[in-house]
Order: sequence, then C-alpha cells, then structure tokens
Amino acid sequence: MNEAIKLRAKDYKSAVKPIWCPGCGHFSVLNALTKALAALAIERDDTVLVSGIGCSSRLPAYVDSYGFHGVHGRGLAIAQGLKVARPDLTVLALGGDGDGFSIGGNHFLHACRRNVDMTYIAMDNEVYGMTKGQASPTTPIDWSNSKLTPHGPGVRPFKPAAVALACGAPWIARGYSGNPNQIARLLAEAIQYPGFSFLHVLTQCITFCPEQTDWKAIVHEREEPALQDEDAAAGLFFHEDGFETGLLYQQARSVWPPERGPVADESAAITALADRFRVAPC
Amino acid sequence: MSEAARELSVAVTGAGGAGVISCGELLLQAWARCGGRGLLRKAFGPQIRGGESAALLKLTPTERYTAAGRYDLLVALDWVNFSRFQDEIRVDPGTLVICDKEQDLPDAIAGLGAQVIGLPLQELASATHPEGRVNMLVTGLLGSLLEIPSALLVELAAEKLAGKPAAYREAAAACIEQGAGQAVDCTLALPPRKGGATWYLTGNQAAAFSALEAGIRFVAAYPITPASDVLEWLAGGLEQVGGELLQAEDELAAINMVIGAAYGGVPAMTATSGPGLALMTESIGLAVASETPLCILDVMRGGPSTGIPTKSEQGDLNIALYGLHGDAPHLVLAPLDIADCVFTVAWSIRLAQGLQVPALVLSDQFIGQSSAVVSEPRRCDWPVLDSRPPAAELDYLRYRLGGTGVSPAAVPGDPGQRFTADGLEHNERGTPSASQSDHSQQLDKRRDKLLSLEYGPDWGRVVGQGALGLVCFGSAAAAAEEAAELLQVQGVETRTVALRLLAPLPAAGLIAALEGCSHLLVVEQNHGAQLYHYLRSELALFGSAASFARPGPVPLAGHDIARYVLEELQP
Repeated sequence: MNEAIKLRAKDYKSAVKPIWCPGCGHFSVLNALTKALAALAIERDDTVLVSGIGCSSRLPAYVDSYGFHGVHGRGLAIAQGLKVARPDLTVLALGGDGDGFSIGGNHFLHACRRNVDMTYIAMDNEVYGMTKGQASPTTPIDWSNSKLTPHGPGVRPFKPAAVALACGAPWIARGYSGNPNQIARLLAEAIQYPGFSFLHVLTQCITFCPEQTDWKAIVHEREEPALQDEDAAAGLFFHEDGFETGLLYQQARSVWPPERGPVADESAAITALADRFRVAPC
Repeated sequence: MSEAARELSVAVTGAGGAGVISCGELLLQAWARCGGRGLLRKAFGPQIRGGESAALLKLTPTERYTAAGRYDLLVALDWVNFSRFQDEIRVDPGTLVICDKEQDLPDAIAGLGAQVIGLPLQELASATHPEGRVNMLVTGLLGSLLEIPSALLVELAAEKLAGKPAAYREAAAACIEQGAGQAVDCTLALPPRKGGATWYLTGNQAAAFSALEAGIRFVAAYPITPASDVLEWLAGGLEQVGGELLQAEDELAAINMVIGAAYGGVPAMTATSGPGLALMTESIGLAVASETPLCILDVMRGGPSTGIPTKSEQGDLNIALYGLHGDAPHLVLAPLDIADCVFTVAWSIRLAQGLQVPALVLSDQFIGQSSAVVSEPRRCDWPVLDSRPPAAELDYLRYRLGGTGVSPAAVPGDPGQRFTADGLEHNERGTPSASQSDHSQQLDKRRDKLLSLEYGPDWGRVVGQGALGLVCFGSAAAAAEEAAELLQVQGVETRTVALRLLAPLPAAGLIAALEGCSHLLVVEQNHGAQLYHYLRSELALFGSAASFARPGPVPLAGHDIARYVLEELQP
C-alpha cells in the first residue's frame, strides 16, 4: 500500500507498551529502528520483524509492522523461510545474545553462510535478562553475579563478529545503545544492503549488569571506512576490544537463493510431472 | 483358486550396490507395461555400500499391496547377504531357489527340500560382456520366467542407464538377453495381468507429487532416511513450478523456516522421520499457538532413537498425538497405501490451511520407499478455504473469537492488517497476555475450530460388515484387509476400519462404522500398541477390544493377523 503521508518514526511504533526495565538499552534499538524505517519510508505493511525469545525478542510487538515472535533461538530460521518464500518483503530478525549465539547459534552460523537478503540485529547485553540474570555466551569469563555460575562462567566469551566473518557474513557492523543515532544510520544501511547484514548492538542491561554503564567511556567509533579484505577483518575481529562501533566490514556476495525466471505455466508443469508416473502400455 | 494364491512373490538378494533394486525396478516396470499389478518392497541394511539389499517383488491380480508372507522364488546372488534377511524373507519347501552354482548352499537352504537351480551366474555375466553384471543377467532370467519380452527389459535398462557410458548399456542388453536365454526347468503360475492405465511410483513420490499439486511452493528440510527421497523429488519438482526448497542446517531450522513461509501466505511443508520429528515438536507447538498452517510428513522408521533407519514401523503415533507440550490441538493423518498418499497428503494440506493448524502425516518406510503399480490415484477435491480478512478490516483482530474458531488470517503485505504472531499466549489482537480469560478463550478457540469441522466420509476406509472389526491406521490397512479376506474364507465374517484421520479422532464415524461388532481387534505395527491405547482412552467402545501390535521391521502380514484371530480371539 502506498502510504500517502510521509510517516514519522513514531508512526512506526505500536500501541503496545514495552515490558523492558527503565534504562534498558533495547529502547535505543526500538527508537533507532523506527527512525530508520521512517527515513527509508519503508511501507509498514511490507515489513516483518521476526524474533525468538528474550527481553529483546519482545520488540516486534512494539513496532507497527507485521511481526512474528517465535520460540527461543529460531527467529533467524523463521525469517529466512519467510524471506525466501516472500522476497518482496523487508525482513528483519532480531534477538539477544543468548537467543542468537547460544540456543540459536547454529542458525546464526548458517544464516551467515547462506546470505539471504535480510537484516539481523543481535541486541547483546551479555546476560540472560528474562530469566533474571544468568551468564550468556558473551558474558565476561569472570562475571560472578549469577547464582547459576557463582564463580563466573569460566568460559571464553563468544566473538559474534569473528564468527560471522568466518561463516561468510558479508556485512558486519556494531552499534551501542548509548548512540541511537548511529544505530539508526547503520540500520538504514543494513536494510538497504543486498544480502545478510549483521548488526551487533551493545545494549546495556542496567538491572543485572549495572557495570555496563561504563561502556559509555569504552566504546569508540570507527573512523576509517569499512574493511573489505577478509584477512584484515579477521585481524580486527580477533584482536579488537569488542567496543569498536560503526560499519566494520562489507563485501559484495551473491545472495541465496539465486534468482530464477518466472514459470510460464504451473499447471502444465504439474501435468508433465504426473505424466512421468504414467505407465506407457506396450 | 483364490486370488491370494495367484500372487507371485520373488525375492532377489545381494550386496548393497550389486544392483538388485535396479533388477526389481526393471522387472516391475516391465510387468506394469505388460498390464500387470505389483509391489516392489526395498529392504536395506544400514550401510550404503557393502551392506545387504533385497528387492522384494510381489506380483498380484489386484492393487492391495501387502508385503509377501512367503516367497515363491528366491534369487540369491550370494548367501552371506541373504542370511542377513533370514527373518524377513520366508522360504519354504515350495520356494524355487535360484543361485550361483559356484557358491556352497547354506545348510538351511539345502535342508529345506526346495527345488534349487544352480547356474554359473557370475561366470555367465563376465563371459557375456566385459562390463557384464549379474543383476542384469538375473533381470533377463526372471523376465523370461515372468513372460516379459526381453526387448522391453533392454529398452527400460537403456533408459535407466541413459547418461552412463554406452558400454554399460551394451553390457546390460547382452546380459538381459543372455539371462532370458537360460533354460530353467520350472513353471510358475503367474497372476493375471489386468491391463488398463496405471501409474508406477513410490509412496514418497506420491506424497511429494500430491504436495505440489495441492499448492505447496516452499519446502525446508534436513536430510533423513527414509524421507530424503521425498525431498529430492520435491527439489526438482518445486523448480518446475516456481517454488523453492531450502536445505536447512537441522530440523529445528527446517520447521521454523516452514512456519516463516506459511506465515507469509506461501503453502509450505517439510518431510522428516522420527528423530527429526522429535526435534521439531517445540516449534510445531508454535504453529499451533500462532495458528500457522503447515504440513509435516513423517516417513516413519524403526525407533526409538536412531533405531532402524532403513526399515518400517508405525511407532510415531504417540509422539504425533501427544508430543507437543501444553494443550496443542492439531491434525494427525495417515495415508492408507501408496496411491492414497496422493489423496491424504493433499487433504492434510487443505485441512491445515482451512483450520490454520499444523498437520502431521504419518507415512512409513514401507509405503514410502516401495514402488507400486496403481490405477490413476484419486485426487482430493477438498476446496481451498480462503481465510484472509475482508480488505482493510478496521481494528483487525488476528485471533478473533467466535464462529467456528477459525479467524481471518492476514499475511504480510495485506494493507492495514498488521499484527504480530506469537507463541506467547495472546489476546484476540495477538498482544501477549497471561490472563486466565485470554488463555481459556484461546485454548477453546484452538480446540473448537478442529472439532467444529465436518470431515466427511474420508476419515477412514471401511470394508465389509462382519461382526469382527479389525481397526488400524495408515499402512496397516492392506494387511488388515488381507486378514479379513483370509478370515472370510474360514467363515469369520470380518470388517476392517482403517483410520486416515487420527486427530481429531472421528469418533462418530468410527462408532457408526463399528456398529454391530461383537469383537474388536486393533492392528498396528509397533511394540507398544499405541493405537490400541489411544482408542481405549477415547472411546468406551474399545474397552473390551484386543490388540495385535507387532514391531517392525518384519511387515504386518494378513495371515499372521488371521491366525491370531483364529487361535486367540476365537470369534
């Protein structure tokens, strides 16, 4: 539908009130997303937000578009199925660090490999918030604030950008919830990028990780243009502090599925398939 | 002579890769072209190459296809591989055994008292052509016993080997002719050839074709035995009709991709087997909660766990009925035979679309991978129900209450009907809700829509009117119907009721179909008597029913059921 009047960011918000805690970093992503959708004048009727389970995965209900809030870890799978079946739609998947890198980790690997034309926003607060503060794959090794892992997870944190690169993701950026304007700019680029665009957003959880307010002083914006060389990007993603924001890596890669011409006559094709089963009497 | 006596069963056994399946395929295709009816069951060991394989042909006067209870003719390319099928391929003094005379007869065969014809099979094949293979020699030999013109077998072999080096086709032709020229001192009573137009296909092909014809345009799946050939057929088929097949990273992804496509309004399905179905169950619940229509074809194999991947069992009824957490009403159906896959899969898809639910379809390795000659399969003429909301409904409520429980489903792109589908309990709008009233109302809605539909007479197949009722589901139908015929001969008036629709249970139809029965026997191919327990828990009528439950991989056979009835039930 052609929406005759140019919509503003607030027109992309639904009437549903977020369940998030005051000060939650996810609000920034919601604001940035509606801003980006408005800036690109994307039709709300043609947009679908897909998510898994977790605090961040509640986001689709807060946007006035079509949405699907699925089960834990499988948002990327729903989103890819939808986009492949309905290439005319703008499809965004989103979720948290536990949803995307732990229970849904396998889908993350293969979504990066597959390169379906869609955007994935991982809202990473390094903690399971909805289940009240357990360590996630990106939690620092010595974070001991969870009763489940009182001595810290003791496990090396997952590096989303490095894994994405290794699996072939062609567009990798990072944002920070303290800078929603940058997230909005990155999202607008991500949506327009023809392929799988992976936006990793550091979204602070002040409820379970109040120390994350320190991020403000640590994050630093990338000044150089995005890397295009895989080796250089590998060097960056393996050795950086994880707080460099901006578009970090971008390449051109062919998307899946490859475009095929339209089928002239479906029912003739089905008749021909049936004919293959018919026995020719002799 | 009864019709059953005019069936002819032939087993060809050998090493995996020795080509016994090709031999069986060529013979049955040629038999079909000569107007005959028959079934080719394929039995494999777990290895892909170097294991054992068996082509189990049954040539019949009718299209009721059960696995053979015994074999009239056995061709053993070697005895080691035959021995691995000893439980499944019953031979007796009436069996004609053809084997390579260079190989020592095992005691079990030598002591059988059967006619044994030893031929220098390997030597003949090698002498006939440098690329000569025993399977083609045996194809020619059996072809002549079955009164199939060798030229027809040569033609079909050439088609099968198209794209292979010309020497292979020459070798096949020479070996078929050489085999056909062998003098074998025996006569076989062949079943009559009925003639008429027929199809030749497997249940997996029938299911895949049915899905395309019913409008499926998106498939996501993960390879698994014995469902992979459904997917391979669909990969090519979908390309022909402008659809897409996505090979997923696992079954968790596959089912969710299907949910995504179906939510987008594109008819979608997946195919899998027990282990894959187990992985999918959480998300099938999501399809129930979000009211997303889709179809899951489960080609059942021996379980639990990895079980017996290459062989058949009806062991997934319980997981299909009860595997979802919470109260999650959904459809469960089962095709009754190979040809019926065309009807039942399409019907399942139509019902799923009309009711906005997932439909689980329980096929199995027996009907999935066996090839059969069948009359043109019956199609499903169930209408496509359009459940899209009227254009631009103001204040659109995706999960609106009232009526039949089916509420108009918008799809992305529909102007102004934006909503978020959710696995969280929700109110009529789709907004998450943890309230008692929303939960109760939505539970009722999702139950009532399934119960309010009139499913019509296709819920099952009822044959006969006897006082003994044999009740079964899916592929057990043919064995039960065969048993009924055998019992009839013994003076036991029998009727069979084969359920195509398992959930929701067509209680009224079932009760009416069993009216006047004095004895009920529930027949199924699994260890735990899953259908028996289901029917007992749902219908008082089954309180005094008996159970005939036999696990795979040995197929259900009519005479085993009939013997049980005569010895144990004494109706």
